[in-house]
Amino acid sequence: MSFLVLDKLTKRFGEHLAVDALSLSVEKGEFVALLGPSGCGKTTTLQMIAGFVEATSGAVTLEGRDLLAVGPAQRGLGIVFQSYALFPHLTARENVAFGLEMQRVARSEREKRVAEALALVGLEKFADRHPRRMSGGQQQRVALARALVIKPRILLLDEPLSNLDAKLREEMQIELRQIQRTVGTTTILVTHDQAEAMALADRVVVMNAGRAEQIARPHEAYENPASPFVASFLGKTNTMQVDGKTVTVRPEKVRFVGLGLRLRGDDALSGKVVSRIFQGNHWLYRVETPAGVVTVIRQNDGQPGPEEGDEVGLAW
Amino acid sequence: MRPYLLTAPALALFAAIVLIPLGMTFVLSFNDFSTVKGIQPVFILKNWHELFTDEYFREMFGRTLRISVLVTIICAAIGAPEAYILNRMSPRWRGIFLFVILGPLLISVVARTLGWALLFGGETGVVNKALMKLGVIDSALPFMFTETGVVVALAHVLVPFMVLSVWAALQRLDPQIENAATSLGASHLTVLTRVVMPQVMPGILSGAIVVFALAASAFATPAIIGGRRLKVAATLAYDEFLNTLNWPLGAAVAVLLLVALGTIILVSNRLVERKYAAVFE
Repeated sequence: MSFLVLDKLTKRFGEHLAVDALSLSVEKGEFVALLGPSGCGKTTTLQMIAGFVEATSGAVTLEGRDLLAVGPAQRGLGIVFQSYALFPHLTARENVAFGLEMQRVARSEREKRVAEALALVGLEKFADRHPRRMSGGQQQRVALARALVIKPRILLLDEPLSNLDAKLREEMQIELRQIQRTVGTTTILVTHDQAEAMALADRVVVMNAGRAEQIARPHEAYENPASPFVASFLGKTNTMQVDGKTVTVRPEKVRFVGLGLRLRGDDALSGKVVSRIFQGNHWLYRVETPAGVVTVIRQNDGQPGPEEGDEVGLAW
Repeated sequence: MRPYLLTAPALALFAAIVLIPLGMTFVLSFNDFSTVKGIQPVFILKNWHELFTDEYFREMFGRTLRISVLVTIICAAIGAPEAYILNRMSPRWRGIFLFVILGPLLISVVARTLGWALLFGGETGVVNKALMKLGVIDSALPFMFTETGVVVALAHVLVPFMVLSVWAALQRLDPQIENAATSLGASHLTVLTRVVMPQVMPGILSGAIVVFALAASAFATPAIIGGRRLKVAATLAYDEFLNTLNWPLGAAVAVLLLVALGTIILVSNRLVERKYAAVFE
């Protein structure tokens, strides 16, 4: 049996079905991302695991034991909140020590573990600062250290990087993944950012309207999306009618080909370049075809590509 | 220079209606008074000497301090939990109860205080009458002209200020912070004492300063409940001005009250700010 099992977990708020019979098995040490647009039920799912929201029906078992029967204070889960929810009246060190004090860990061991946790997130030098005197990224690390120091059975991350700017977010993604690998804690991440989910997680659960549309490895979900929703949510996609068939194809899979080739079948089209935008490492094209406007991403390989107004052939 | 010049009209108004009368009151407190000759524009320390040596005045100011401290403690004990509960209500109920709490502020202090007099005023007070009829008590509960009465009525009048102050502090609280503490294994009580209380403490303290200042300078409530039998500093000054007509002594009482209050407020405010400077900026 898996480490953490959600079995037909359901949450109803009045008429609204927030989470609809979600089933998921998570292995020990695995990093799973719940991914979806706002209102898809991912945060509610996390809060049911944490115990802040009561499940309407269904079950959650951790190491074979019923987790829903245990109060949120006794579940032993580490949580990093979107707002970090640090204790502003305590220093970084005191914030991290709080959970150990609650577990009545002896002072000497407590101090050792707090120092280790702060070192893990690279904040030894800031141990005696109050959260308000720290940057967003540093606060984020304190929150992570506070959650990890209690050696949680599961680490729950609720949009942990969404309050950071783009560059810092990328750095933290790499670091978060590294820390998770080091400590090996089973982790569940909630995010609306598909790039973040794919970068961090071993498996993604793409959620829509309370349901899991696909549970798969990131690459698998990206290449073989189970539904049009998954396809469009995990990056850009083109949906076209070619020879009476619906075809979906990722923009980066479309190639420009010479017009001289025979453009027939359901894997080729001819069209005219409507617009072209340079984005550094790639060009973003929009091509008008009989099957509709097709978005094409062309790697910037240093060679000049077709220009606006050119007649081109497309293949994939 | 120009921006400062623009403040001149407001400054002139402030000087005319606050600074000048205040200065005149201060000067007046050094004048002499006799029932025969009235106010004598001389400089003597008689009033101040009387104020600091006469047992009578010490009692008045001691009572004012005692009442204000009690009212402040009661307001904190009632207002802080009230604000916490208010903050946890659903928005609809919160709106209703906020109105219930703040509504009384729309009614004159005199009317609210007279309400207490109607309920507990001697043998004819509604509550006293009912309790006596039911045989719960033999004689009317002493309320009018007692310190208890003044404290209860003042606490009732001033508790909304404490609620507002604590509520403002609670709204700055991260909504997830209680969940964060719970997830780390803290019980409800620990969450309250270790996480919520320290963060709303500045709100409680600033509310306490407001309540204390308003209680110490309150006039209407002590005048109605305490009457002339149980005087506090504010009613004492009033009496000296309008009944004894000893304006210089009244002025000395008023100035002493102002200075004492100002000092207490400034010092406690400074202490609060220093204590919480590192945490809340």
